[in-house]
Amino acid sequence: MIDDPVNKHYKFTIPREDLMTPGHSACPGCGEPLALRYLLKALGPRTVINLPAGCAAIIPGVWPRYSLKVPLVDHAFECTAAVSSGIRAALDKKGVEDVTVVGWAGDGGTVDIGLQALSGAVDRSTDFLYVMYDNEAYMNTGIQCSGATPCGAWTTTTPGGKHIQKRHDKKPIMEMMIANGIVYGGTVSVAYPEDFIRTIRRAKSIKGPKFIHAYSPCPSGWRMDPRKAIEVSRLAVRTGMFPLYEFQEGRYRFTKEIKKRKPVEEYLRLQGRFKHLTPADVAEVQALVDREYEELEAKVEAGRR
Amino acid sequence: MIEMMTANYAAAHGARLARADVVAVYPITPQTSISEKCAEMVEKGEMDAKFMMMESEHSAMSALIGASYVGARTFTATSSHGLALMHEMLMWAVGARRPIVMPVAARTIGGPWNIWGEHQDVITERDVGWLQIFCENNQEVLDTVLMAYRVAEDPEVMLPVMVIEDGFILSHTVDSVDVPDQEAVDRYLPPFRPEHPVSIERPMRHGGVVMPDWWTEFRHRIYLSQEVARTKLLEAEEAFQKEFGRSYGGMMELYRCDDADAVLVVAGSAAGTAKEVADKLREEGKKVGVAKLRVFRPFPAQEVHHLGKKVRTVGVFDRSYTFGDGGAMFNEVRSALHGQRNNMKNYIGGLGGRDVTVKNIEWIFEDLLKIASSGKVDRTVEWVALKDGSGRW
Repeated sequence: MIDDPVNKHYKFTIPREDLMTPGHSACPGCGEPLALRYLLKALGPRTVINLPAGCAAIIPGVWPRYSLKVPLVDHAFECTAAVSSGIRAALDKKGVEDVTVVGWAGDGGTVDIGLQALSGAVDRSTDFLYVMYDNEAYMNTGIQCSGATPCGAWTTTTPGGKHIQKRHDKKPIMEMMIANGIVYGGTVSVAYPEDFIRTIRRAKSIKGPKFIHAYSPCPSGWRMDPRKAIEVSRLAVRTGMFPLYEFQEGRYRFTKEIKKRKPVEEYLRLQGRFKHLTPADVAEVQALVDREYEELEAKVEAGRR
Repeated sequence: MIEMMTANYAAAHGARLARADVVAVYPITPQTSISEKCAEMVEKGEMDAKFMMMESEHSAMSALIGASYVGARTFTATSSHGLALMHEMLMWAVGARRPIVMPVAARTIGGPWNIWGEHQDVITERDVGWLQIFCENNQEVLDTVLMAYRVAEDPEVMLPVMVIEDGFILSHTVDSVDVPDQEAVDRYLPPFRPEHPVSIERPMRHGGVVMPDWWTEFRHRIYLSQEVARTKLLEAEEAFQKEFGRSYGGMMELYRCDDADAVLVVAGSAAGTAKEVADKLREEGKKVGVAKLRVFRPFPAQEVHHLGKKVRTVGVFDRSYTFGDGGAMFNEVRSALHGQRNNMKNYIGGLGGRDVTVKNIEWIFEDLLKIASSGKVDRTVEWVALKDGSGRW
C-alpha cells in the first residue's frame, strides 16, 4: 500500500512511479504499453529489458527517442531468452544480483519462433523473468496467425467464413513451460492492474526461470473498437477464455476467481475477427473453453488438497 | 611454456589467457573440443568464466551479444552449419558493435554431409562485417585470439573478429605451442571497458529502431571502423611482437616474393605447404613466392596492389568457391589489381577435407611459371586435381 501524498485517505496499491514515460507510439487501445507500464511499476528501476522484433520494438520510440527509464537491449526475433541468458551471465560475472532481467516478447516471438531459445533458457535454470505479451497473432507485421491465435479467429493468413482454418486452440504455452521446469508461472491481464502487479512482484521475488503470460488486447488486429479494449480484456477473464492463475511449487491457484463464467459469445461478438462464426462454431469454442477451464479448475482443486 | 596441443586447445587457452568473462557454446564438428576445453578449464578453476551450454549456435551468438552489452568479454567457437545458423546474429553483433572473438574451425556446408575442412563457411560470411583472420598453425591461433580482443575492443573499432583455423588440419592436429604467461597477456590486453554498457545508473536503449534518415550514417561508421582496423591490426601485431617475440606478417605475409616471377596467394594451413614448396623450387632456381593472405576482412587491397607491382604473375588458391564465378579470394585479389597488367589465375581445391599436397602446389607453381614465361593465361579458373582431370579443360 502506498499513501497518496495529496489525498491522505486514498490508499494506492499501484506504485506512482512511472518508468515508462508518455510519448510512446502504440495504436489507440493497445494493451501492450499498459502491460509494459505495469510491469515496470512492479519491478522498479533495477531492471534490464531485452526484446525482439514485434510491436514492442516500435512502441518505446525510434532512435534517438526512447520512452523507458530502464536499459533495453534490442535483438532479432527468435533469441529473446538467449539474450536474457547472456545478460544474466554477465551480471552474475560482475556480481550484480539485485537486477531483474526481463525478456519481453510477443506471442509469435514466444510460442513459435522463440520457443527453442525459451526452452533452453528454462532448461539452464536461468534466473530471469520471461513475459509473453499475447495479442494472439503477428500484429506488428499485420495480423498473421500465430501458434497463440485462438480457435475460430480470422487473421490475414487464416481465412474465416466457411473456411475456418484455426479449429484448434492456442498452444498451451504455460503447460509447456511448467513441463519444461519454470519455478513460477502466472497469467496477467491489463484489465486487472492490481493483480498484474502482484503477480509480477511474486515472480520477481523468486530465483530461477519465471514465465508470465500477459493478455494484451489489439483493437487493430482484433477488428474492434479501441474504447472497448479493457471491456474485452475483462470479458476474456470472466468468460474463462483467459483465466488468471499462478503456478508455483507444483500448485495451481486462481488469482482472480470467477464464480460464474459468462458465455464466450459475449466476448466473441465484440470483435470483428470472430464475426464469421456461426452459432455452431460459437458452441464449439464454448465447448473448448469449458473443457480447458474445467481442467484448470481440477488442477487448482488438486493444489488445495 | 611450450606444450603440445591442437589448434582447438590453443584457441581455448587463448580465451582463458584473455580472461573471457562469458563463454556460450553449442557443439559442432570440428570445433567441439574448443568448447569442451573451456568447460574443462572452468571446472578445474583455471578459467574464471560463466560457461553456458546453449540450445543452438544462433542462441550462443545471441547470448554473447547480451553479455557483451553488459560489459563482459565474450567467447564462443563454431564451424560450418553452426556459422550459417548464426548468420543473422553475426550481422546483429556487427550492428550492435560487440567485440566478440570467435574461432571458426573452417568446414564444408552440406548437403550432402561432409564434416571436413574447407573455407566455404567463413567465405560465405565475408560480407557481414566481422574481421576475418586466417591462421597458418596452432601457435598463430592462440596468438591471434589475443590480438583479436585487443583490436576488437579498441574504441575506434568495436567490431567482432573471426579467428579462422582449418578444420581438422589444424583443429585436430597436435603441434607445439608456446603458451604465454598470464602476466604477459595481462600487460598486453587491458580489461574490456566499453563506453556505453547496459547500466541501471545510465539507462539507454541499445539497438532500437533506426529510420532511413540515419541508417546510412550508422552503416558508414562500421565501414570506417573496418578501415581503422587495418592500422589497429598492425599496431596490435607490433605490440605483440614486442611482448612475446612473435609476429605473422601483418595483413598479408610476403614469403620470397621480392624477385619472384610468380606468386601464389593462399590462406590458412596451405600457406605452410606453399612455403615449403617455394623453398624447394627456389633451390631448383625457380623464382616463386608465397603471399599468405592472413587478414581477409578488412581486405588488404593496398598490400595486394603493391604485390602486383612487384610480381607480374599472380595465382590465387581458393579453398572455397562462388558458384557462377571464380573463387572469392581470387575475385578480390583481381579487383585490387585492377588496372595493373598482371597475369592472373584462380586455382580451386582442397575442398571437403581433401589434402592440399606438396604435389598439388608444385603443379600450380609450374603452371604459373608457364604463364609467366608465355604471358598467356590458358583459363581463368581451374579446379585442381579433379579425379578425371576435367578441371583442366
